[in-house]
Amino acid sequence: MSDPALAIDTLNLWKVYGEGNTEVVAMRDVSMSVRRGEVVALLGPSGSGKSTFLTAVGLINPPTSGRVFIGGQLVQDGPRARGDLRAFRRRHIGYVFQRSNLIPFLSARENVQIALELNGETSRAARDRAQGLLDELGVGDRADNLPSMLSGGQQQRVAVARALANQPSIILADEPTAALDSHRGRQVMELFARVAHEHGTGVIVVTHDHRSLDVFDTIHEMEDGVIRRAQAAKTSV
Amino acid sequence: MNLALKDVRHSLGRFTLTTMGVGMLLMVVMGMGGIYQGIVEDATLLIDRVGADLWIVQRGTRGPFAEISRVAPNLVHRARSVPGVVEAREFIYHTIQRERDGRPLRMAILGLSWGTDSGDWIPLSAGRTLARNHFEMIADESLGLRLGERVKLGKETYTIVGLSRNMISSAGDGIAFVTVADAQAIQFEFSGEAARLGRASRRVRGERSELGSLRPELVEQAGRPAAELPAIAPPDLSAVMAKVGPGVRVADVARVLEGWPDVTVYTQEGQRAFLLEGSVEKVRRQIGLFRVLLTIIAAIIMALILYTMTLDKLRSIALLKLIGAPTRVILGLILQQALALGLLGFGLAYLLGRWLFPMFPRRVILVEGDLLRLGLVVVAISAASSVLGIAKALKVSPNEALNT
Repeated sequence: MSDPALAIDTLNLWKVYGEGNTEVVAMRDVSMSVRRGEVVALLGPSGSGKSTFLTAVGLINPPTSGRVFIGGQLVQDGPRARGDLRAFRRRHIGYVFQRSNLIPFLSARENVQIALELNGETSRAARDRAQGLLDELGVGDRADNLPSMLSGGQQQRVAVARALANQPSIILADEPTAALDSHRGRQVMELFARVAHEHGTGVIVVTHDHRSLDVFDTIHEMEDGVIRRAQAAKTSV
Repeated sequence: MNLALKDVRHSLGRFTLTTMGVGMLLMVVMGMGGIYQGIVEDATLLIDRVGADLWIVQRGTRGPFAEISRVAPNLVHRARSVPGVVEAREFIYHTIQRERDGRPLRMAILGLSWGTDSGDWIPLSAGRTLARNHFEMIADESLGLRLGERVKLGKETYTIVGLSRNMISSAGDGIAFVTVADAQAIQFEFSGEAARLGRASRRVRGERSELGSLRPELVEQAGRPAAELPAIAPPDLSAVMAKVGPGVRVADVARVLEGWPDVTVYTQEGQRAFLLEGSVEKVRRQIGLFRVLLTIIAAIIMALILYTMTLDKLRSIALLKLIGAPTRVILGLILQQALALGLLGFGLAYLLGRWLFPMFPRRVILVEGDLLRLGLVVVAISAASSVLGIAKALKVSPNEALNT
């Protein structure tokens, strides 16, 4: 068991692709802990292993070895899953990506509602909570619009609302501001910080955007599959 | 939330067009079955409607519908004299093709035995049954003739006094009902020159015969019009229909008639069987094969459509998996769309068919049982054709949602 106060705890994660001459080590002995309500930035150049780490802790791409604890519970032990990962993702992890990745045939509200319904909420309750989340994130007036009718920033807010819907232990965001201008990018980063603190959710954001690093509690830098540096918040790197 | 419905709503135009395509394809499959049912119904319609217990036909032939049959006119009287027979009627049936308003007019002529049969059994949509021995006609609506219209056939003109509905020959031609005498006149109508040549031919044959040398007055007789010659028999009939009395076994009467060396006897079921096992059977197999081919084609097309529809939302499926959607939600999305496509297509096929099939030159009859079977087949092929899409959807990794 890990500390239940931690949103996520990883121990000695390795990810190796191929073998022999074609072997590529994407992640080397990575350990990281994120507290509930903590906002963590993960920096690093392309190919440094950030996304590999994110997919491993997101229970999408299992590590070759190492352990992943979420909410104090061991869910991934090397390549072996402990339990139904899909159900675990549904209940405990929220995802936000570079492109908003909303379902194009669902309205903004339905995109949030579906996450709640998949987790067993009734249709009416899911609808009300989805609307509440959209209101909270400032896009309640666009609830009935399809993603194609929303701006990039609005789409990311809807994606954040969906990620928050099931009150997850952790939100994983992979370059969520890459498609936004600096102003909207900063708004989204501040939004992560706000929801993390208000909802007590741990947030890991993979980003290249150094201008908004002041909103993070902790900053990790990754290079060649290894976390080189971790430093506490509100300072620039 | 019904994801299948939401996706359909989002791409409604495309889904509608696809459904229309599938619907039209299914309409053809449905129509094929309807054409076969129409052929069977048309082929057996007369036999069923006339309601004769026994058909007495030329010895060794299979009756007036399956092949040509010729029997002597006095056979009707012989049949009436058989114990158990309560009614015997002449039956004449042949097809003619004439021209009307510059277009070909094909009709099957059926002779009604005047005196016992004025066409009371014919389902009329307008007008009345025959009231005179000559020059009146009941015509099927499919012939395009109007009530009161006068039609010239040969030397005589016939007035349309009644219109029937769905009285079609096995070849698909509308039936025109006249008296037996008129039917014979239409069938054996000769031009003046042909009659003169016939009379000359009889005279020459008479002169060449020994009897002609001994009795020259016979040669004189032979040269007169056929109608004035007692020695020349009236034209043949196609068959004689007999009805047996209540309590009399049809098989018993048939056994008596079968003893006559000049005729063959068939029951109503026998006649039906000849028609259905003959040309109709070949048509059934032909259409059956076409239906199977079309059903396979429909299944392949539906599978391709559903596969393409699945490919289009592969990213959404990956995303659904990523946010934890169980497999049944993904399966439901694809399967429900497949069933919606199939069933809506089937409904459209039915509505289009109901509208279009009556315009076809031959009857297309949609039978409930046939429709139900096709409906089940559509459900089965919808489910089967979604397998490709489902397989693709199950294979997609949640990782796909992360790829930009």
